[in-house]
Amino acid sequence: MENAALSIRDLTKEYVRGKPVLRGISLDFAGSGFTAIIGPSGTGKSTLIRCINRLVEPTAGSVIFENQDIVALPRRALRLARRQIGMVFQEYNLVERLTVMENLLSGRLGYVAPWKAWLRRFPQSDIDDAFELLDVVGLAGFANQRADSLSGGQRQRVGIARAVMQRPRLLLADEPTSSLDPKTSVEIMTLLRDLGRAKKIPVIVNMHDVELAKRFADRVIGMSGGVVVYDGAPSGLNDTDLKSIYGGEDWLQ
Amino acid sequence: MNVTAPRVAFPPNWRARAAWIALVLYIVYACSLLDFTWARFMVGLDNGARFIGRMLPPNFTRWEILVKGLTESIEIAILASVLGILLSLPIGLFAARNLMPLWVTWPSRILIALCRSFHPVIVAIVFVKALGFGAMSGIAALTVASIGFAGKLFAEAIEEISLKQVEAVRATGAPFMNVITYGVLPQVFGRFLGFSTYQLDSNLRNSTMVGIVGAGGIGGALFAAFQRFDYDFVCAMLLSIILLIFAGEVVANKVRAIFVERTRVDEE
Repeated sequence: MENAALSIRDLTKEYVRGKPVLRGISLDFAGSGFTAIIGPSGTGKSTLIRCINRLVEPTAGSVIFENQDIVALPRRALRLARRQIGMVFQEYNLVERLTVMENLLSGRLGYVAPWKAWLRRFPQSDIDDAFELLDVVGLAGFANQRADSLSGGQRQRVGIARAVMQRPRLLLADEPTSSLDPKTSVEIMTLLRDLGRAKKIPVIVNMHDVELAKRFADRVIGMSGGVVVYDGAPSGLNDTDLKSIYGGEDWLQ
Repeated sequence: MNVTAPRVAFPPNWRARAAWIALVLYIVYACSLLDFTWARFMVGLDNGARFIGRMLPPNFTRWEILVKGLTESIEIAILASVLGILLSLPIGLFAARNLMPLWVTWPSRILIALCRSFHPVIVAIVFVKALGFGAMSGIAALTVASIGFAGKLFAEAIEEISLKQVEAVRATGAPFMNVITYGVLPQVFGRFLGFSTYQLDSNLRNSTMVGIVGAGGIGGALFAAFQRFDYDFVCAMLLSIILLIFAGEVVANKVRAIFVERTRVDEE
């Protein structure tokens, strides 16, 4: 793809030598749009997402983002690259004992010197951004509540706001709704899609709910056994594709 | 009728039983070595009564020595606690196996183990030889003890944190120090505070003792009074030490209370 925002080439990951979880994945992502990666548990969706910002070290292959190969970056450069990539987690991964505001501002930690961060002296523009984002995600007035006092849906909103605080060029979400009820899941997906559109950045989301993927995604990638078995529009996803992704067919009845 | 044996829900643990029996046997053997007789017990009671008789009433006439000893003990305890805890913070972090590579944790763990291996009084003897008599040696000795204790507990507290929270902070591209202050510290702060006040309490008690070997504090005067059979003065000092420890406890609770508001939900 010409001018891809993110290019994954021959990405392989083996946690145990000789047992690859990802088997040479190659994908390109445009500079915008909502991509859903679907597939059964244990098929490497999470590993794929985490290889993009190297929370998991790939075994081989390359991840080209903003004209540099993230896989080859030394520590410091990796840190600078990670500032451009927001990440939303399945279990929210908020710092439980910090306030909502502190959690949001921790999205700016890549830019703030340690002693200033320690003294909570963030630039006013960051603080204004944070309050604005709290309004956007529907948590106005929650700034000084501790993260561990929030419900699951509220926590994930904070998780998303923290990722967006980075002013990222790419937003990743690893099963962001798997711990949430169906109604909240839809709200969280809507938020992810709308924020991606508003900030004009690509959003890549792992999920295993096919209906949710079809409803929100501009593009669906189906994975099975560490390879991509479907890549296209959600409307093109038929029962044969779903069978090749999840295996079996009884569940489709 | 079915004659098969009933199924056993809790199979007997023979090794545990053997260990209990071995413990009981050892206690019986160890007691037999003590040469404990009724006559000795009666003599001991008599000695004890005379000792307590000579302690009363407590003699506070030499209060200058007492106050000087106590203030020096407090000085030793506070300085050793502050210094020890400040040093324990990085050492404990370096010893945490979930955040640090093996080549960092091993030296830190060895250092902590060394600090823990000797009783503060033994360490104090070494420092008295090295630095001479006085509070300086006591501070050094209790600092070492604090590193051994607080360093180990800090490391263990850090090893129990949720790495998911750390991972999230790391994913934002935060530098190492920011990952520590935002991802790690909030998770352990409440427990660190508890360990620190406990360490202050412990140092306060130990600071009244290192004086016995000449490392400053009230212990020197206490030991001298014992040797001169000034039991009424000994009694005065013991009462003062009890007061000091109580006061220390109150201060420690106050310190905790100040932070409790922030960390109330911590003690799940």
